[in-house]
Amino acid sequence: MAKTAEFRICPTTGLKVDLTAEKLIKANAVVAVVFLAIGGLFGLLVALTRWPAVHFLPADWFYLALTAHGFDVLLVWIIFFEMAVLYFASAVLLGSRLAGPKFAWAGFVLMLVGAVITNVAVLRGQSSVMFTSYVPMMAEPSFYLGIILFAVGALIGVFVFFGTLVVAKQEKTYEGSIPLVTFGALTAAIIAVFTIASGAIILIPTLLWSLGFISYIDPLLYKTIWWGMGHSSQQINVAAHVAVWYAIAAMVFGAKPLSEKVSRMAFLMYILFLQLASAHHLLVEPGMSSEWKIFNTSYAMYLAVLGSMVHGMTVPGSIEAAQRARGLTKGMFEWLRKAPWSNPAFAGMFMSLVFFGFIGGISGVVMGTEQINLIMHNTLYVPGHFHGTVVAGTTLAFMAITYLLVPLIFRRELMFRKLAQWQPYVFGIGVAGIAMFMMGAGTLGVARRQWDMTFADAQLPFDYPSAAFLMMGLNGMAAVMAAVGGVMFIVIVVGSVFFGRKLGIDEKPSYPEVPPQASESLSHYGSAEKLHIPGTVMLVSIFFIAFVLYYFVNWKYLSEVWPLS
Amino acid sequence: MAITSPSERIWWKQPIAKIELIWIIVAFTWGLIMFFMMIYWHGAGEQNLSNEAYKITPVRFAEKAQTMIDEYTVRQENGFPVVHPPPGSDVYLIARLWQWWPILELEKDQSYRLHLSSMDWQHGFSLQPVNINIQVHPGYDMVVTVKPDQAGEYGVVCNEFCGIGHHNMVGKIYVVE
Repeated sequence: MAKTAEFRICPTTGLKVDLTAEKLIKANAVVAVVFLAIGGLFGLLVALTRWPAVHFLPADWFYLALTAHGFDVLLVWIIFFEMAVLYFASAVLLGSRLAGPKFAWAGFVLMLVGAVITNVAVLRGQSSVMFTSYVPMMAEPSFYLGIILFAVGALIGVFVFFGTLVVAKQEKTYEGSIPLVTFGALTAAIIAVFTIASGAIILIPTLLWSLGFISYIDPLLYKTIWWGMGHSSQQINVAAHVAVWYAIAAMVFGAKPLSEKVSRMAFLMYILFLQLASAHHLLVEPGMSSEWKIFNTSYAMYLAVLGSMVHGMTVPGSIEAAQRARGLTKGMFEWLRKAPWSNPAFAGMFMSLVFFGFIGGISGVVMGTEQINLIMHNTLYVPGHFHGTVVAGTTLAFMAITYLLVPLIFRRELMFRKLAQWQPYVFGIGVAGIAMFMMGAGTLGVARRQWDMTFADAQLPFDYPSAAFLMMGLNGMAAVMAAVGGVMFIVIVVGSVFFGRKLGIDEKPSYPEVPPQASESLSHYGSAEKLHIPGTVMLVSIFFIAFVLYYFVNWKYLSEVWPLS
Repeated sequence: MAITSPSERIWWKQPIAKIELIWIIVAFTWGLIMFFMMIYWHGAGEQNLSNEAYKITPVRFAEKAQTMIDEYTVRQENGFPVVHPPPGSDVYLIARLWQWWPILELEKDQSYRLHLSSMDWQHGFSLQPVNINIQVHPGYDMVVTVKPDQAGEYGVVCNEFCGIGHHNMVGKIYVVE
């Protein structure tokens, strides 16, 4: 580094912020939000088309919009935002300079160029192959090329993150171990390397195949490796949004992890076992043995699920402990009742936690059970599940932390505060509706990725039950609600970032309220002998009972279908 | 805090609170139960995939299906042959853009070795309203032994996206007494 990095001191947190890292965080976050807007719009069009009474788009546009929706929100929005999270969790939280900022910018440009190329390919209409692009269905070469460039860019960003950890360690910018949030981000980054490698292994040959250099790609092989990318990339999201939960709990409550050891072990479980999830997409495929399916689909005896269940206790538990230390000790739930529900960072984070666990988490484990998958595979239950994890979980958590990033990183006063107060509820409840109604429709057999559930032009007639039509109508309404929440978010964030009042160099933002740093009494709370978190124990007990009941109800459903062997 | 380095430098030697430990044990045990439940169902449950599958070319699969159609067609419906194969036999269902071919007529409470394969892209065998869903690949012949336990008329919807005619790909299976 010829030029030494420049820093500023954050007046709220006292953190030393590398200005280049700050610029990169801003650029990645802004592009992320732009793609959220584009992908969200496509999502709304998809939902309106699947609303039987509206049936908005013609068939070719529907499949095009669905392809674009999947790519833009599942990959582009989330990975761009994760780049911002990685730079924040390394350079900012460790008070270090960013390693190789030029590489980081190069990665950013590659990602952007790749995202644009793939979007153009999709919009040209010859690449409506869905996000998964299962062979032998073929897209234009530029469709694959864009994704590959995007992935290479992301990989560069991940290595800048690793480099920054090394720099911080060498230059001794922090003492002891890295913070838990950085550890979570490290988990996400390690899974990202595996994910991107899988993507390269399968998409590069697929690109060559679409160019005519390779004559055949086995569809089963493609699917197995593609999901090594496709599902693992969702595990990057899980690791990243759990890190965001911890970050928000720390920033809003000054909460301290109950046990560093337990929380870090839970992240470690993700690193060790989450990659096995490719199997979730291969449970009703020919050519895989049941032994392979059972071991992989359960992440080796549900050890990654164990990780998530642990976070499900430690995150709310740390908030409860912090609130109780502040004197909110009445009954089981005073700490939760008197939580700052009008602070969108907290409201979004807590809803993300609850919805991810109850809707996305439970449905994922149930659907990923080898035999139960038979009654759910490729029905709308599948998108129902992952809108519970990726949208109600990841997107909502990322939106929540954006409310802290705007004043702290963009240095702008948040605008439209009343709107901001409501935004997480409108979006969160809308998305929860989408997830639940799609799962309902899937239980009734409705196929995913399908333009006409009335089968009006089919050679042979078939009718889904009328309840399925009701579900899809409700899903459409929930999607409109979520879209309103999405527009609110974009208006607030874009408005604030470009037109919000600039904060002075030493000025603390007045909103959202960030409490004074953890007091002394708090910093020792959570040591084993004093821990008292009855409210959290009640919450996880309710979760556990719901989980067990729902799990066995689905075995009951399975036992009622035709015997198969 | 989670955004600062752990306040206890030797954090890995800090004791774990009892309540956390209990939850870890409960969650771990639940994971084991769910894991062994899948294995248990292979023995005790009636809904399992055999995972019997063979590599096959689309041409060869189509020939086998045609042999069955030639031998056991009982009537025509909307241009589809309705095939009534003998109980216990090998039954072939072709998935192709955008048809399930032919229409099958099976007998209640009889077992059939149902072969599924695609002539072109991937398809999704979705038996409705029973809601049994199996992925169909080109080049692979997947064998599932089915035993219909209720008479009636069933739809076979395609639930893997297969291009612009995907939503028109509907087939039929009759189950008779």
